[in-house]
Amino acid sequence: MKNEFQVIAELIKKNKKVLDVGCGDGTLMKFLKNNKNINIRGLEISKNKVQECIAKGLTVIEGNAERDLKQFPDKSFDYVVLSQTLQAFLDPELVLKELLRVGKQAIVTIPNFGYWKIRLHLLLKGTMPITKTLPDEWYNTPNIHMCSIKDFYNFVKSRDIKIFKSLAINNKNASIISDSNLTIKNLFADLGIFLIEK
Amino acid sequence: MNTENNIKTLIVKKPLKLDCGKTINEFPIAYETYGSLNENRDNAILVFHALTGDQFVTGVNPITKKDGWWSYAVGPNKAIDTKKYFVICANVIGGCMGSFGPSYKDSQTGKAFGTNFPIITINDMVNAQYNLLDHFGIDKLFSIAGGSMGGMQVLQFISNFPDKAKTVIPIACTSSHSAQNIAFNELGRQAIAADSNWKEGNYSSNDTIPNKGLAVARMAAHITYLSKKGLQEKFGRKLQEREDIKFGFDADFQIESYLRYQGSVFVDRFDANSYLYITRAMDYFDLAKQFKGNLSNAFKATKAKFFIISFTSDWLYPTQENKDIVIALNSIGADVGFVEIESDKGHDSFLLDVPDFLSALKNFLDRSYIES
Repeated sequence: MKNEFQVIAELIKKNKKVLDVGCGDGTLMKFLKNNKNINIRGLEISKNKVQECIAKGLTVIEGNAERDLKQFPDKSFDYVVLSQTLQAFLDPELVLKELLRVGKQAIVTIPNFGYWKIRLHLLLKGTMPITKTLPDEWYNTPNIHMCSIKDFYNFVKSRDIKIFKSLAINNKNASIISDSNLTIKNLFADLGIFLIEK
Repeated sequence: MNTENNIKTLIVKKPLKLDCGKTINEFPIAYETYGSLNENRDNAILVFHALTGDQFVTGVNPITKKDGWWSYAVGPNKAIDTKKYFVICANVIGGCMGSFGPSYKDSQTGKAFGTNFPIITINDMVNAQYNLLDHFGIDKLFSIAGGSMGGMQVLQFISNFPDKAKTVIPIACTSSHSAQNIAFNELGRQAIAADSNWKEGNYSSNDTIPNKGLAVARMAAHITYLSKKGLQEKFGRKLQEREDIKFGFDADFQIESYLRYQGSVFVDRFDANSYLYITRAMDYFDLAKQFKGNLSNAFKATKAKFFIISFTSDWLYPTQENKDIVIALNSIGADVGFVEIESDKGHDSFLLDVPDFLSALKNFLDRSYIES
């Protein structure tokens, strides 16, 4: 299981109810179910991925986060997880609002557009950056609202969203992001993980 | 239990009060089973059939000599694996395959009930079938499953008996019959009523029966079970055993011949009055209405695990209507999974060889059984 999921799993307390939005093939769901006794549900847009989840015995609903989160009542989950998909929505602010409505807390991860390799790629090559976490070309990327760790950090603060924990991931290392080290973390982390609450 | 003409029958002694107000006594429920009930009695699946189905789910139907209606899904090693599970299916009351229905003889008059048969509902159907649990000594079913009207029975069953099933699989169905659904059913009923042999329902099997009206009803309904794309690909404008059109009203096109055939074979196995009664039961189905307009309340008392399946090309019970059930369940935090299966085969997809559907069904059941 990828490092990101390991870090997310550590943020989640045992025996809780969790919704994994954009749960993919259910890797994180399965881990949480088996290792943390989590009552876990998934929402996934791809039919094939939903089928994979069903084959793993996971409860998943085929659907789209922008349209289908509204069916869940307020605070009906302890945590709602959104891994590396916020930037793919037409209206990320709306999705974020919905995550924080449905979940008591939300865990949001974002690929960091402020990462030094991305900056360097654009600076030197002058073309849209392609990296391990952002493997697509400009014309076929699902990512239409890219942001940096700094952007997201400032954004949630401006919306009066409480940050419980924010972590910068660089290779296998996770470190705490704070006001004082934000500029450094924004340069050296390729992924940001935020535990937030409204 | 009586066994007559390969039809197993349970005579229900307990009186059943119907929604219409009448009470029925000592009535027969015809059923069939597949596989065997295990020692713990925890591997039973109650399957509910659709409008024109019957209790013969799989294998060869002993009456029609054709394959059972869910042969693709039910059988050894199939999605509903009869090596693992004990599958029970009953003919609905109102039906014509041995259960209490309009073709059943009234002991007082010695004649078939015809339209003197009481109006029945989906609720009455599942309440009647519930007696099978006692009959087999099953405290809790592992699963209940069905498509179309079978799915409606699934929803009604878990609402009526919230702790009697661990898993619940409504397929290609709705919680409330739409105006379009009612319209198509009414078309079928009027076709039957327009046949002079119908005689207000008082025909007997010795007379000429309203088979023309029933055949037209079946033809019209059959179109609603398919998709435009499916029809176009299968038939297009292909001609039936002729080089060119004949400038007449014979079946020039293959689709015409196909529909005529579907109508003609249907009348051999189905009773026109049953068709009226069962379509009426479907039209009256509105689960939300039973709970003052709040569908979620129908499921509040159950801890069962739901898995809802719809099909992309089903325009009779479209995905949105299936999703409304998902939404009602999510709003009360129920355990519900949902998938829309890609298929060009229309509403009938659930009866056909649609691999994605069959594998989803199998995976859900087998995984749930391991974890239960």
